[in-house]
Amino acid sequence: MERILIVDKLEKRYERAPVFGAKKEVMALQGISFSIDRGATLALVGKSGSGKSTLAFCIAGLDRPTSGRIIFEGNDIAALDEKRLRDVRPQIQVVFQDPARSLNPRFSAVEIVSEPLLIQGRLDKREREGRARALLSQVGIPQEKALQRAEEFSGGQRQRLAIARALALEPKLLILDEALSALDCSVQAQIANLLIELQGSLGLAYLFITHDLAMAEHLGDEIAVMERGQIVELDFVDRVVRAPEHEVTRSLIAATPRLGVAAYGPKAV
Amino acid sequence: MPFDAVFLRGQKPRAQKRARELAAVFTIRALASTSPLWSGFSWPRMVAGQEKACSPPGMTPLLQVQNLDVAYYSRAGKKSPALDGVSFDVQPGEALGVLGESGSGKSTLALALLRLLPGNAEIQRGAVLFEGRDLLRAGHRELERIRGARIALIFQEPSVALHPTIRIGQQIRDALAAHQSFSRGVLRDKALHVLEEIFAEDAARIADSYAHELSGGQQQRVLMAQAIGCGPSLIVADEPTASLDATTQQDILSLFKTLRKKFNLSLILITHNPALLAGLADRILVLYAGKVAEIGPTEDILTSPRHPYTLALLQSMPGGQEERANGRKSKLPVIPGEAPNLAAHANGCRFESRCTDRMDRCIEREPAAVAISAGHDVSCFRYGG
Repeated sequence: MERILIVDKLEKRYERAPVFGAKKEVMALQGISFSIDRGATLALVGKSGSGKSTLAFCIAGLDRPTSGRIIFEGNDIAALDEKRLRDVRPQIQVVFQDPARSLNPRFSAVEIVSEPLLIQGRLDKREREGRARALLSQVGIPQEKALQRAEEFSGGQRQRLAIARALALEPKLLILDEALSALDCSVQAQIANLLIELQGSLGLAYLFITHDLAMAEHLGDEIAVMERGQIVELDFVDRVVRAPEHEVTRSLIAATPRLGVAAYGPKAV
Repeated sequence: MPFDAVFLRGQKPRAQKRARELAAVFTIRALASTSPLWSGFSWPRMVAGQEKACSPPGMTPLLQVQNLDVAYYSRAGKKSPALDGVSFDVQPGEALGVLGESGSGKSTLALALLRLLPGNAEIQRGAVLFEGRDLLRAGHRELERIRGARIALIFQEPSVALHPTIRIGQQIRDALAAHQSFSRGVLRDKALHVLEEIFAEDAARIADSYAHELSGGQQQRVLMAQAIGCGPSLIVADEPTASLDATTQQDILSLFKTLRKKFNLSLILITHNPALLAGLADRILVLYAGKVAEIGPTEDILTSPRHPYTLALLQSMPGGQEERANGRKSKLPVIPGEAPNLAAHANGCRFESRCTDRMDRCIEREPAAVAISAGHDVSCFRYGG
């Protein structure tokens, strides 16, 4: 299958300059290499502080890697200048963890979804609204709520809004940075289904960042396990879950709470 | 030097003592202020009279909640009920899991137990019997003696609950000194001892730190230290592991287990994630739209849930039974729709509009709780009611 994103020996160092003494360097990412196929999902799991979000920021063009290449559709994002980066950014969109903080509470649903189109200078006003409404129904927000303000939506619906906004510019890769973690279990299932549906109809590739191994297992084609800025294990979901090779993966599997079957043995429901 | 020490230098001893007391009060208020509804605080009023008791005879529960009704009022005076006829009890040393989605009233329940609800909430009826006293009718002084000392509350978001500019050790000492007076040296030893229970040899370093220097898991542990400090018999923890990653989550849960055994604590653990309760809770109470949908032993609830809501909730979890069999990326079975708006709810079962198993009478009236087996009650017409 065709690769949409190839990350090659990516490195990110942060410099901390204390008031006294020598500069301190923090290695946030170290020798990261992986690729994502068109229409596929790579689930990235790891503890907080392992570098998952730094990686997401580098790929989304929100931060510059220190060295290495990020090849998206043949272009090396890491080497592009700010002006050329603007043309690539619409194709890689991000959905963040907390929709309460990533959406302007005073904007209406239509305004939120049409803003990316406005910023990119696409379409006129009426076309933008039409497109926004189409996107809202695509993510399952009823038309009568299109003019409601973001703060009036529930958590799950806000995350639907965030997804609709991310889809507005017709991206090819969606980065989901803990996009389900702040939601209730029952709502997580709804949004997970929406993501599967959209992937099927739009052929989107996902970089699904999470600390929830069960959800990574459910949504991912492949799983990459991160620890201290490095990918310690990368393989198809089945292999990672059934035969984990690295200690970190094993501890993550052990820490994932399982319901029913594992805890009590199978029993008729 | 901590900010309050700068503030206190050169003051007279009496003024110092008063200032410390004030600091303790503010710490407690900072703890309680995690609720977004915490504006214009006033004590919730009480209205109607007491309701009949409903506990099983013989055993003496540590906590009995009877027919608790709580409602919030909007500025326009519009009432929206949050809890409706919630009854349950907690035995000494027992861990009860409260399971519910956001808006189900689970945090309201935690706050109502200690009457920490915001000013726009009203406890309309019911009783909260704790060690023989009705907390809903207790005076403020009596409540202050119970809050933190006999019943400790652990809030969501430890980073918000801890004071940003007071060292952890001082925050623990404040919590201890709020309930008992000790000499300075004894207080210091006691606080360190409490931290040692949880951090072992790391305690001294933690005591010297500020909240922002600690990780999320460590902050949560500090809250747990603060909670056990005064030797409570009941700890109420509201989503204690939200915002922590999976491995830290497990650490916190096993710490709860250890502490529970060691101090013979009762525990009310509030969460939206049923998986967290599997190894920890003795019983689970499923709260849906302010009403108890189902309550029973953990194993029964998780492996053979009876209420359609509990069943649907458990089936919507990834990694369940039916998944994988139909190949990868099968969709999860979800509960359609959203939780009902309680302000507009008239009569009938609250789950009716989302239920796959509804009958005619479900819209007519609300089902009553039916005992299916010993200690397992379900509110659903499928089992009578």
